Amino acid sequence: MRKGIAITVIAAATALIALLAYGVASQSRDTSIEDAVAAGERIEAPEETLPLLGSGADGALADYRGQVVVLNVWASWCPPCIDELPLLQRTQRRIENRGATVLGVNYKDLPEDALRLVRRFRLTFPHLRDRDGAYAEDFAVLGIPETFVIDRRGQIAAVRRGPVNERWLARTLPPLLGGPL
Amino acid sequence: MRAMAVLALVLVLASAGAVVAAPPRASLPDIEDEVMCLECGTPLNLSNAPVAERERAFIRREIARGRTKEQIKDALVDRFGPAVLALPEDEGFGLAAYLVPILVALLASIGVFAAARRWRRPAPVAATARTTDPADARRLERELAAYDRGLGPPEDRPG
Repeated sequence: MRKGIAITVIAAATALIALLAYGVASQSRDTSIEDAVAAGERIEAPEETLPLLGSGADGALADYRGQVVVLNVWASWCPPCIDELPLLQRTQRRIENRGATVLGVNYKDLPEDALRLVRRFRLTFPHLRDRDGAYAEDFAVLGIPETFVIDRRGQIAAVRRGPVNERWLARTLPPLLGGPL
Repeated sequence: MRAMAVLALVLVLASAGAVVAAPPRASLPDIEDEVMCLECGTPLNLSNAPVAERERAFIRREIARGRTKEQIKDALVDRFGPAVLALPEDEGFGLAAYLVPILVALLASIGVFAAARRWRRPAPVAATARTTDPADARRLERELAAYDRGLGPPEDRPG
């Protein structure tokens, strides 16, 4: 009887420790994308089918396979995200005829608020609705805005944690587009 | 005349029923503690993050449109997914959040009940076949008879 109680207590303690270890491990930051890009390697970009903002249809990054994609994670409640929307729209105009596109991932946002900004800045590029942030989590997004450049094979070629600027885009995109921006 | 009175009574009862059946008017404090600020991972009423302000503004708009609490929560789930609810859904995997505590409480009750029964039950006495030696029995009888005659215990009797 005592042996049974001891085994139960040990099993419960082991389960508790395992749970704590899992909790700590799951809190640690995933840097696999940065590590791969820094090492000159390209890892497959996460894929998920999501609703397209402002449309009843679904879309996915895979729909743009064969194109260079500037994937920008943003929300209408994030001021730095709003600040960079005009730059992203200018970029879209420059690259859309060169086998490339900007793809917005609207993150934990009210679609009404996001669409208001789409209209205000006359954004012509598509947006996927990541309503609960699960897709952004696959990219290990910590805080928005974050931008990922995906090559024509669907692999992550560059990552920007934080706002993008003209210089970063001008340095990152030309090798993938095969010419200056 | 009687028919009119019955009709009036039916109408009054029907309207009273409608009043009773009408759901209570939704309020921001009532909803705020049942939904999450998605970005902060805390209940909405504890957050001042920009996304929380947007959620609050949305709830206020929906209240102004006359939506009920459940309708507003459904609209929030439609926009943000089930993770926006502070309480898990009572279907699918979310049901586990309600069932597991009940199951644990049930198992604990069974354990306490079993332990209590164990503690209350007297420890089984080993069945010892304690037989009295006939000589000792006779001596005991004699001693008791002497005691009853007033001679007292053997050590007090005169030699």
